[in-house]
Amino acid sequence: MRREPARGLLQHLPVIFPGLMLTVFFIVPFGTMVMVSFFRRQPGGFYVPDFVLANYARFLTPFFGNVLAFSLYLAVAVAVVSLVIAVPFTYLIARAPRQTQVIWLVALLSILSLSEVIIGFAWSTLLSRTAGITNLLVWLGLMGAPQALVPGFSAVLTGMVYQAMPYAVLVLYPSMVRLDPTLTEAARTLGASPLKAFFTVVLPALRTTLIATLIMAFIFALGSYLLPQILGRPSHWTLSVLITDQALYQSNMPFAAAMAVFLVLVSLALVTLTMFAGKKLEA
Amino acid sequence: MDRLFSRLYLALVGIFLAAPIVVVTGVSFNEKQNLAFPPQGFSLHWFAEIFVNPEWFRALIASVLLAVTSAALAVVIALPLAWFLWRRIAPWAQVFQLLGVAPFTLPPVITALGFLTFWATSGFYGQAWTAVIAHAIFFVTLPLVTLTLGFSSIDRSLTEAAATMGADDRTVFRTVVLPLILPYVVSGYAFAFVLSLNEYIVAYMTIGFVRETLPIKVFNALRYGYTPTMAAVSVLFVAVTAAVFGLIARFGDLPRLMGALSSKD
Repeated sequence: MRREPARGLLQHLPVIFPGLMLTVFFIVPFGTMVMVSFFRRQPGGFYVPDFVLANYARFLTPFFGNVLAFSLYLAVAVAVVSLVIAVPFTYLIARAPRQTQVIWLVALLSILSLSEVIIGFAWSTLLSRTAGITNLLVWLGLMGAPQALVPGFSAVLTGMVYQAMPYAVLVLYPSMVRLDPTLTEAARTLGASPLKAFFTVVLPALRTTLIATLIMAFIFALGSYLLPQILGRPSHWTLSVLITDQALYQSNMPFAAAMAVFLVLVSLALVTLTMFAGKKLEA
Repeated sequence: MDRLFSRLYLALVGIFLAAPIVVVTGVSFNEKQNLAFPPQGFSLHWFAEIFVNPEWFRALIASVLLAVTSAALAVVIALPLAWFLWRRIAPWAQVFQLLGVAPFTLPPVITALGFLTFWATSGFYGQAWTAVIAHAIFFVTLPLVTLTLGFSSIDRSLTEAAATMGADDRTVFRTVVLPLILPYVVSGYAFAFVLSLNEYIVAYMTIGFVRETLPIKVFNALRYGYTPTMAAVSVLFVAVTAAVFGLIARFGDLPRLMGALSSKD
């Protein structure tokens, strides 16, 4: 059955329900949020309709500047570390037998689907004093006494890499698994070591994918809302944590909404950049 | 040498991925209410607690209900859309596909806050069904992606043959299309189910002050200190999540769902 243009109401019927749902429950809430970002906060209550730019003006305060700078810094660090771990890892599993691939994919998908609450709790346990990894080091005689590694910057970084690495692998996987094996075979025949073939053939062939993955992992890390809170100190809070905090605990929805709008713009700009970079590299 | 090196690398990543889960599993078997690893004594008490303690049990039921219904709604939204995009030439309808993928690509806080302002403004804040709709929209991406993949894998000459023999759209859908895409419906549902079960922030911002799902309950408990039930719940989550993906892998072509070419190609 060939594809045909839809004619009349009846043939459009299937698209009406999904279209309506997505419009009413995605576009409208999104619009509501943008609207609220211009409202005035009512101390003790919710907010009153208005058109003020005060919520956006708060972006100019040093406090917001610090949170923003730290969020970007942390997201870059998480994206880079995740990519560095994920690239060789994905390359290796993509070359493994299909059965082995399936096992790794199940493991990665499971971790990726786990609640941030669970991941945060699991890492805070692993890095705790009483049940944590330092006990192992003490037992091995490498350390004098067990100590807590939470809260701290490295704990936040580790937890977020744990979450973002499987994501990076799954973004990389399609390109890696479809990569023509004759490419590396040719390089090997010409005398390159496997490592050299990896660096001079595989990575350049995938540069578009690598950049795209880096940016996707960056956006993913920007979205982490709980790990900095569970594993870090208040100085490690990111934009996402701040938005949650302002909306729920400080009851300042207009400011939270303004920050969310800002976060959308940053993410969209990055997605556009990814597509642009992809086009330019392919050309 | 190369093989050794690559095995070592895979093993190290494997340990990194497994370590927190291993420790939490150990902790959940502790006999007393303390955070210790390796566990002191062995007890399944904290697992029983999830089902015996009314607060935890209520959260469990709320989570399962939410996941079952929202995943179903997500499929109901995605299926006609994916079918329409496959069956009809309608470039404008791509907009809806883009909308379906957007909430999943953007940071989750954005969707969550969008729903919070929306339900608060419309006056439905705190109703249980608001979370069902929120999760369905948030996770509609997954069935949409698996179904789009499923439709694209249908050989059009099959449906053409059916149409030539006089079957109308409805009959073709029921007798040819649906059996072929059923695995993709199931995997799309399963993906949405698992993610909804684990989801925290959207659920928290829509119903969090009125009701507790399991992730919300764990987080709230975390703020007041430690109880081993949290570890038991975490183990339960890991087990259910891995089981669902294991089933998808057992009955479907997981590498293909994740973007590899079909094993038959």
